[in-house]
Amino acid sequence: MKDYDIVIVGGGPAGLAAAAAAKKAGSDSILIIERDRELGGILNQCIHNGFGLHTFKEELTGPEYAQRFIDEVLTLGIDYRLDTMVMDIAPDKTVTAMNRTDGMFQIKAKAVVLCMGCRERPRGALNIPGYRPAGIFSAGTAQRLVNIEGYMPGREVVILGSGDIGLIMARRMTLEGAIVKVVAEVMPYSGGLKRNIVQCLNDFDIPLLLSHTVIDIEGKEHIKAVTIAEVGPDRKPIKGTEVRYTCDTLLLSVGLIPENELSRNAGVEMNPVTNGPIVNESLETSIPGVFACGNVLHVHDLVDFVSEEAKKAGENAAAFVLGKAQEESGQKITLHGESGVRYTVPSHIDPKRLSDNLTVRFRVGDIYKDSYVSVYYGDERVRHVKKRIIAPGEMEQVVLLKDDLLKRPELTDITLKIEEA
Amino acid sequence: MTEERNLTCINCPMGCFLTVELTDKEITKVSGNTCPRGEQYARDEVTNPVRTVTSTVKVKGGVYERVSVKTKSPVPKGKIFEVMKDINKASATAPVHIGDVLIEDCAGTGIPVVAAREIMKS
Repeated sequence: MKDYDIVIVGGGPAGLAAAAAAKKAGSDSILIIERDRELGGILNQCIHNGFGLHTFKEELTGPEYAQRFIDEVLTLGIDYRLDTMVMDIAPDKTVTAMNRTDGMFQIKAKAVVLCMGCRERPRGALNIPGYRPAGIFSAGTAQRLVNIEGYMPGREVVILGSGDIGLIMARRMTLEGAIVKVVAEVMPYSGGLKRNIVQCLNDFDIPLLLSHTVIDIEGKEHIKAVTIAEVGPDRKPIKGTEVRYTCDTLLLSVGLIPENELSRNAGVEMNPVTNGPIVNESLETSIPGVFACGNVLHVHDLVDFVSEEAKKAGENAAAFVLGKAQEESGQKITLHGESGVRYTVPSHIDPKRLSDNLTVRFRVGDIYKDSYVSVYYGDERVRHVKKRIIAPGEMEQVVLLKDDLLKRPELTDITLKIEEA
Repeated sequence: MTEERNLTCINCPMGCFLTVELTDKEITKVSGNTCPRGEQYARDEVTNPVRTVTSTVKVKGGVYERVSVKTKSPVPKGKIFEVMKDINKASATAPVHIGDVLIEDCAGTGIPVVAAREIMKS
């Protein structure tokens, strides 16, 4: 296996956009490594439409959105390996991977872009009592079975969690003739997009029970029924509110976790809030030359923002290997999230290394109405933007002007806060 | 005859709770919206609700068993299940390309169903 300057780990939306951007920024030595049998990642099973409104100003299905980036990667002549699993990334950026034809091989990369995406929180992470029968799937697994393999997991469905994949699967299973009895959400609000609640649940009269969870699973070989109860503000079940639902399928849509085993092994510093790497203004991790973007960095709601972020990571990786990356100036500004702001990406910046204005992405921990997103440079409030609504399910962003930051060589801390009116 | 219908607006995370008042099937009042997009949404939803239907169709001789498909434009909401019936009867032969018409007129809507992904020959 020949060596490549840039190895991109993952051929989903992040990997494809990063690769195309790196190539356009001047790197001619790029390899995408994808473990699945085709490029495109999870978009291939997201056959519903609504992708690409920001990027292409039209509504595409997942596979159509992916194909636009696959076509670009093919046109640019970027190398890729399918059915290939990266086993290890060493701190010196030696990438160890394997597949059936090449066996185990190593690439001494000059830069690595982490684009591994995320995976679903499994049942084991939930502590639901009861048996462990067949018929319990993560929503994404059911999505793959129905949309790619052409199998229906069952006919009588209960869904736990109101994440977008769960909502999308409620509609999908209904369209294919299943009865979706109920969607239970432990939180008092749904983490899914409003559009999905209306078009996937309300359109088909599927009830959404907020502040409810599954407290028992019945069935020894195959699932037979679940018991759902209301939960109090402490998220503990309330006695007397139990209702039993017979079902042959339980789908779980209870959160996504960035898939960072490779990053951790490489020694990349992690952010405990996002479960993704800590990155600077260049989306570079604590290891110089290792970049991260997309859902492996922090879970996104919209693929358009994944593509946008990955483009930056790809450009920065190219600049790094071509020796065009701006030298560190020594000024390090740390970004903090306070009163409602759970995290920011990036975590710290060197303003002299910014190629452009800086997009800071963040999420909040609760629903805020008629509140302000405030940005403080030190103690000085420089931004105070009124928002009608800010919700945990929708990623927010603020753009900080490069010129503003360059005017403040003494600045060490930037804080983002939600301030109520 | 006066009638009232309730909807949730989908234009933004606010999810305004909209109330549409109708007299003899004519919209007389939209309330609950906090911006003009809400009123437009309510009018469209009450007079002509439409949805793009996406599903899969069987493929013969392809690298995969199913090809994802979509209605080329949104179909009336009330026709969704009839559209699904036609989609489930259809089949395609590889190679299939994005945009290939797999059903010319789905469920009498006049709207075609097209392939939404590439399937190569096996």
